[in-house]
Amino acid sequence: MAMDKESNAYTIIFATIMVVVVGGLLAFLAISLKERQDANGEIKKKMEVLSALLSPEEMMKVSRENAEAEYEKYITGGVVIDVNGKVIADGEKGKDAAFQTNIQAQYKDKNIAVNKRTYPMFTAKKEGKTLYIIPIVGMGLWGPIWGNVCIAEDKSSIAGASFGHKGETPGLGAEISLGFFIDRWVKGDEKITDENGDYQKFDVVKDGTGGQTTKIDGISGGTITSEGVEEMMNRCLVPYTVYFKTL
Amino acid sequence: MSENLVKIKAPSESLFSKKNRKLLIEPLTDNNPVTVQVLGICSSLAITVKMDIALVMGLSVIFVTAMGNYVISALRNIMPPRIRIIVQLVVAAALVIIVNEILKAYLPDISEQLSVFVGLIITNCIIMGRFEAYAMANKPWPSFLDGIGNGAGYAILLLIVAFVREILGSGSLFGMPLFGDAIEKTGLYSMGYVNNNLVILPPMALIIVGIIIWVQRTKNTTLQEEN
Repeated sequence: MAMDKESNAYTIIFATIMVVVVGGLLAFLAISLKERQDANGEIKKKMEVLSALLSPEEMMKVSRENAEAEYEKYITGGVVIDVNGKVIADGEKGKDAAFQTNIQAQYKDKNIAVNKRTYPMFTAKKEGKTLYIIPIVGMGLWGPIWGNVCIAEDKSSIAGASFGHKGETPGLGAEISLGFFIDRWVKGDEKITDENGDYQKFDVVKDGTGGQTTKIDGISGGTITSEGVEEMMNRCLVPYTVYFKTL
Repeated sequence: MSENLVKIKAPSESLFSKKNRKLLIEPLTDNNPVTVQVLGICSSLAITVKMDIALVMGLSVIFVTAMGNYVISALRNIMPPRIRIIVQLVVAAALVIIVNEILKAYLPDISEQLSVFVGLIITNCIIMGRFEAYAMANKPWPSFLDGIGNGAGYAILLLIVAFVREILGSGSLFGMPLFGDAIEKTGLYSMGYVNNNLVILPPMALIIVGIIIWVQRTKNTTLQEEN
């Protein structure tokens, strides 16, 4: 049977069959690989939590293979609180609940009101000290930015941090994930609360006067990303200071 | 009438006849898609900092050109001519998504470093170029070989550039340090040797590709244009 390959009917039938076959093939592939990809995502998340707690040298020894074990070794528990610092989950269930809380999805989801977002936190033990790791999420210039902030035993000083981004400009905004910028938050006397235990706002400055308790030097050429980090810290950390007061 | 014609078969060719071997080997040297046809330059500048990344990218492109050429060639006689380019794009895109999903599942770290460049294989001129120029006019098996040849021609160039860039820029090969530890200042670094950070940046890849083209054209004068 000869069919006119130029005809509309043939073209439409061909296109339909092609789309169904290709769509089916890709859907099958996506479903069969999803489990592995999700597992990779969880390991990545654990590594990001650990990178706020551990120094860069210690982090060099953490790979995808041993991330699970290192996570279990350091992270002892977790809590999930609401915007007013009230506990939603803690104790036995806290660690899993904190890990399963997807703050990036909540931040993106316009159907979840800002005061309905939940706030996870991990508690960790390192060298006999209790530390608190808080995941944060915000907006850079081109897309989402995120991070983890490690609060020291005094529940105020920043002991460590890590920042990540999806697609900030390389060499400018993308530098937030590098050591020198993180050191500006960590190396000095940066505290998230004043002497009364209330949150004190961070200020990312341009004039090079940073390095004080709440003043941090921004990145030249990366102003909007730097301000994104400032906004992310100031918005995400407040409920935890309320929670810390109740401890 | 047409039934009679079908019965006259062309003399069958061996799988690796001289002509077929030429399809495999020529793109590696005298008809290299990157250095001679100057296609696919963008990604060869972006992902040639480390050998392992370049290798995975090269293999991905070989997979897409070879499988894509085979599928397009198999479909060439039943494909509606009016949506020919769309069909080619769908095949290329589907193969690239397959590669991307598999990398995400099995090589997550490399997948992260390749980031958008796996997805951008779709826009690599080598792919559509081979579909349109070769697979549409030839049988599946030679097209498959042509795909492997051209993919490998691209991969080989990536590896040569990455070889130079990783040694000079990072002082390592496949992540294995060659000259000692740059931070601890051991080995060659204790004598004051430093890695060249300029080599890490994309412009240096362009210069290396330029040098390769220069050397190739000096050796093979048939590639030089007459003015």
